[in-house]
Amino acid sequence: MKLQQNARLALYAALEFAADPSRQLSAAEIAAKYRISTHHLAKVLRKLGRAGLLRAARGVGGGYRFAANAKRVTLLDVIGLFEQIGAARARGARRAEERALEEVLAEIDDIARATFGSITLATMLKLVGRRAQRPPGAPGRAG
Amino acid sequence: MIYLKKIRGATRADLAQIVAIDAGITGLRKPAYWSGILSRYGTRQRHRYFLVAENDRAVQGYIVGEVRDWEFGSPACGWVFGLGVRPEARLAGVGARMLEAICERFRRAGVTTVRTLLARDNQLVLAFFRSQGMMAAPFIPLQMELE
Repeated sequence: MKLQQNARLALYAALEFAADPSRQLSAAEIAAKYRISTHHLAKVLRKLGRAGLLRAARGVGGGYRFAANAKRVTLLDVIGLFEQIGAARARGARRAEERALEEVLAEIDDIARATFGSITLATMLKLVGRRAQRPPGAPGRAG
Repeated sequence: MIYLKKIRGATRADLAQIVAIDAGITGLRKPAYWSGILSRYGTRQRHRYFLVAENDRAVQGYIVGEVRDWEFGSPACGWVFGLGVRPEARLAGVGARMLEAICERFRRAGVTTVRTLLARDNQLVLAFFRSQGMMAAPFIPLQMELE
């Protein structure tokens, strides 16, 4: 499963903001952390702002604050602002082989959507916290 | 805000409320099903658990599960196959308290993993279990239509 860069950046940014809703962050601060273009991230943040997830902060330095409920916003809500899971699928498959393959790919898309749709930003932050306590490369474990 | 008095084993006296909670969620009243569940998973059934969360006034939710051994080659693990919370009691930690209670019983039974199975479109309950730390299990559920 691969996410387009904008969706991935939006998730990272949403998590940064949701981790501390009172904190004001600029595109430059987040871009520096993830070593990405500030200009590119600024576009992503504007889209998150238009969707109501972020609120532009007034005052020195500008930036944004989190404006949503991290227990209600799912990864799919954020990803969906930038790409549709499975949207690139070939339309109008006619042959039985094409239709059979489409059915299998649609199954994978359904699972991906269900997974992204069931994980809220709050849940993701818990997962980030657990991962931070574990050395890189250590096997994952539920619970 | 819901102040839970305790999590305890379900009894026959709770059945009407359990049926009502389930019917409120699924739209189907299943008194015979829940009576059967109580008989098979009620108190004093080894490694089977049917718990309810109650406050002073009413049953606020239920959870059902058991320890299953060597199912499809899996070592013994806890299974949760029923969970319901009154809509007005949601977001108050009732589900989390019940899940923790049944997990504690699973731990005492000697298992270290808990699983559940949900419809892909059941986002509410999927999100709940995810929020409690559950991740995808190393299984893929399959089915086919019988002709």
